[in-house]
Amino acid sequence: MIRLRVHKRHEPLGWRSLFIVLGAIVLSFGIGSIFLAIQGKPGLQGMMLLIRSAFFSVWALEDCLIKAVPIFLCSLGVAIAFRLQIWNIGAEGQYALGALGATWAALTFPTLPWYILLPSMLLLASIASGLWALIPGLLKIHLRANEIIITLMLNYIGILLLDYLVYGPWKDPTSFGFPMTREFSPGAIVGPIGSTRLNWGILLCVAAGVAIWILLKFTRLGFELQASGENPRAARYAGLRYDRLTILVMVLGGALSGWAGFLEASGNLNRLQPSIIAGYGYTAIVVAWLAQLNPLSIAIASFLLAGLRVGLETLQLDLQVPAAFGQIMEGLILLTVLAGRFFSDYRFALRRRAA
Amino acid sequence: MTMDVLVPVLAATIQSGTPILYATLGEILTERSGILNLGVEGMMIVGALAAFLAARLTGNPVLGFLVGGMAGASLAAIHGLVCLGFQGNQVVSGLALTIMGTGLANYFGAPFDGQSVSGFQTYAIPALSSIPFVGPVLFSQDALVYLSYSMPLLLWAYLHFTQWGLALRSVGENPEAAVAAGLPVAGYRWIGVLAGGCLVGFGGAYLSLAYTHLWTNGLSAGRGWIAVALVIFAFWRPWRAMLGAYLFGGVMAFQFRMQATGTHLPSSLLLMLPYALTIAVLVLSSWRGRSIGAPASLGINIEPPD
Repeated sequence: MIRLRVHKRHEPLGWRSLFIVLGAIVLSFGIGSIFLAIQGKPGLQGMMLLIRSAFFSVWALEDCLIKAVPIFLCSLGVAIAFRLQIWNIGAEGQYALGALGATWAALTFPTLPWYILLPSMLLLASIASGLWALIPGLLKIHLRANEIIITLMLNYIGILLLDYLVYGPWKDPTSFGFPMTREFSPGAIVGPIGSTRLNWGILLCVAAGVAIWILLKFTRLGFELQASGENPRAARYAGLRYDRLTILVMVLGGALSGWAGFLEASGNLNRLQPSIIAGYGYTAIVVAWLAQLNPLSIAIASFLLAGLRVGLETLQLDLQVPAAFGQIMEGLILLTVLAGRFFSDYRFALRRRAA
Repeated sequence: MTMDVLVPVLAATIQSGTPILYATLGEILTERSGILNLGVEGMMIVGALAAFLAARLTGNPVLGFLVGGMAGASLAAIHGLVCLGFQGNQVVSGLALTIMGTGLANYFGAPFDGQSVSGFQTYAIPALSSIPFVGPVLFSQDALVYLSYSMPLLLWAYLHFTQWGLALRSVGENPEAAVAAGLPVAGYRWIGVLAGGCLVGFGGAYLSLAYTHLWTNGLSAGRGWIAVALVIFAFWRPWRAMLGAYLFGGVMAFQFRMQATGTHLPSSLLLMLPYALTIAVLVLSSWRGRSIGAPASLGINIEPPD
């Protein structure tokens, strides 16, 4: 225990932490299989089936990529805020608002050509979700109101707002009472890539990922985020613009989640309906921490947790496993990884002492 | 509003406020020891399911209530293990606990979705319930409501008038000083985490056993988060928690009344009320600058000494 404290903060992201993460995931899968067994399902075979049906076919891998897109964008959005130790838990609501902004443009100007309509939808999604995230940002810097609770409450409110619109004013009169808007016009749909089920939105992911990576790694702003996140008080004394950075990470992060909502409505559903709310915003938080807030790792972790969702769909169909099993696994993986990092610190310290 | 409308609305206010009161008091106890547990929503819903299952299985609602509290404490123990045992980040661990707890409850509760339980029935206290106005509002409730009346008093007395309460608070304020004074710091934090989790579990148990008398997926519906917000509103004081909980109870009772009597407002807009109020309450209690009454070392792990 004595050797532990010294090296706690300077743990580098080396190959060893990969083993910790792997061990934690194996442990979570073990516990998960026990939960399956308690419900009378085959435990270990169930978990093997989950992995097999998530990653071992082209169709499944395609599915993983499709689901990884919203998770990745939301996760990138929350991760930049987490870097500053701003707890933006609101990706879910910001995603909903992004979908609302894009849908408003799609329903209001259906006749515009795609090269005008799609950028407008993107812009409106960014504005709606950025403003939604600005609220907790402003309340935080001016009143020191707790952003965790406010972003979370705005999730509930944003989703209810979406419900209100698709059950009410935006409902397609020809939908036989189903809560959904009418299908978007062709100009409002992000099309598929060739004959795959993937849409061109994935390019937006790549662009966003690279841009955030460059921002964090090579710009003064990235340095300020890093420094302020590590020690907000010291950063303030050093004249770093903590309040302005707070607003920046909230609005930028909100907009990224909003892009996810835009792509999901336009590219995957081709309309707005309540099923667009699928918990991606919460999965994104798990992903961000598993990836230790690093953009490249976020891409990998998004893909893996998208795989968990894809594999779970097979478990739901074949073994009648309730969908909530996915949440159990996400929570378990995060908890075990969090606890596991202690061991990586401990070992590192021991070695240092011997030398 | 006439009396025959006001009395049932106020009685419903108490019922809606009670689960939030239990949960808020639990989180106050945990946070006073210096541990921030954002898993309240998860502990609450797991408590609700465990209580429901135990009461259905044994037919004994009291046992169900106790099992609900134990389930809340068990989930809190995971948070304690990650943060106190393994130095994990308290915010992240709490969020993970909420995600996992919600998953656990909806997974194990799926086969029972929509099924009912007899649970606790209203018991009018003989003399007190016949007091006009006050009687039907405060004293024609179920046993768990009566128990909850005593909770703020007990917690307040524990924190301020016992040696252990004082020690627990000092651990939350200044753990270094507490260590120097020879207090078992981690031990007190474990007490805060477990006892707090138990109270949160009681809140969940109230939901299924006395409030709805049934289990449905997603039963807690954000009440755990409201409780986390109310801790700030209450300035970490038990008595103000009572005020906050009944304020929210009132809004929920009003919302149900509006839905039941039929209104032109769509239900999704009505459902926003408690969440919007949470933001309003939080903004108002932050108005004067820093949160008043927050334990100084809240959310900060005690790193192992050299």
